[in-house]
Amino acid sequence: MLRPHRRHALWVAFLLHRISGLGLAIFLPVHFLVLGLALEDSETMDRLLLWSDSVLVKLAEFGLVFLLAVHLFGGLRLLALEFLPWSNRQKTFAALALAGSFLLACLFLIRAV
Amino acid sequence: MSVWRGDANAGELQHFQVPQQENQTILDLVTWIQRETEPGLAYRFSCRVGMCGSCAMMINGIPRWACRTHVQKVVQGNQVTIEPLRNMPVIRDLVCDMSEFFAKWKQAEGQFRGGKSRYDAVEQLKPDTPKRRAANAAIECINCGICYSACDVVSWNKSYLGPAALNRAWSLLNDERDQHSLLRLKAVASDAGCHNCHSHQSCTQYCPNELNPTGAIAGLKRMAAVAALRGDI
Ligand code: SF4
Ligand code: SF4
Ligand code: FES
Repeated sequence: MLRPHRRHALWVAFLLHRISGLGLAIFLPVHFLVLGLALEDSETMDRLLLWSDSVLVKLAEFGLVFLLAVHLFGGLRLLALEFLPWSNRQKTFAALALAGSFLLACLFLIRAV
Repeated sequence: MSVWRGDANAGELQHFQVPQQENQTILDLVTWIQRETEPGLAYRFSCRVGMCGSCAMMINGIPRWACRTHVQKVVQGNQVTIEPLRNMPVIRDLVCDMSEFFAKWKQAEGQFRGGKSRYDAVEQLKPDTPKRRAANAAIECINCGICYSACDVVSWNKSYLGPAALNRAWSLLNDERDQHSLLRLKAVASDAGCHNCHSHQSCTQYCPNELNPTGAIAGLKRMAAVAALRGDI
């Protein structure tokens, strides 16, 4: 549970940014490994691609694009916060970032299934 | 009402039944407890009207000024829990040792250092320059320590100067009369300074005077970056 002093939109925005960053850091090496297989071992790669067609993996991919979008918009939010001297509207920004991420991820999901 | 009782070594919540009135503040209740049932209860206050900054405490886990927090607004199921501020050593009950908080204020060069004496004419300041506006926006700090208590980076990094001291430095760095800009900029761009801030914005969320320390710290980051590029610091 979040401690009471952390229960506000901006702290949650920070948390999402951190978690999405960690998630991406874990995923990216695996992603590059699979891409590398395309050059070295196309048979394993094909099997992997087949496996990645299943719904479960599709869902995981949805999560991934979501993470990427969260991280991207979270980063934009931080840049705006630190480089533009206007800040009381940050809450709206955090909300917009989240909404944008969701939208993107949902678009991806619809296309994928 | 549950009130934290104890000292630097240990403590626990003690429970009190307090009268409910339509219009009362947390400070009213704490005072009621001390006057009516528990004379030994230690707490601080002075002005009772949100000017002095001495009555801050954790109210249901959130740092707030007790004298201007209405019970009605924070009560949860007929119950309120109050504890001493976070991020500061406890002396006794609700009273914290704020010496480190103020030492950091000094460390951030939070003191105004003008270049004129009493024999010079009073300097004329235009109220509407961007710098003066930035200085004014940050100036109404009452040193309550609420932002310092709300900040997680202060808990994680004991040497971090914290939002209040940095906000003060920002106000002075925008004051055209002050002569110590470079010294101050060095102090706030140090290892303990503005670059530690993660922009959680808890300071801004809870500052009772609605100041924006996060904005001030972002300003310091920009100022320090420019100074470093120029080779000034
Ligand atoms: S914005 Fe910076 S100074 Fe304010 S609470 Fe967050 S980390 Fe602390
Ligand atoms: S910046 Fe706000 S919360 Fe922090 S010490 Fe000053 S008045 Fe209190
Ligand atoms: S008693 Fe002075 S601010 Fe609360």
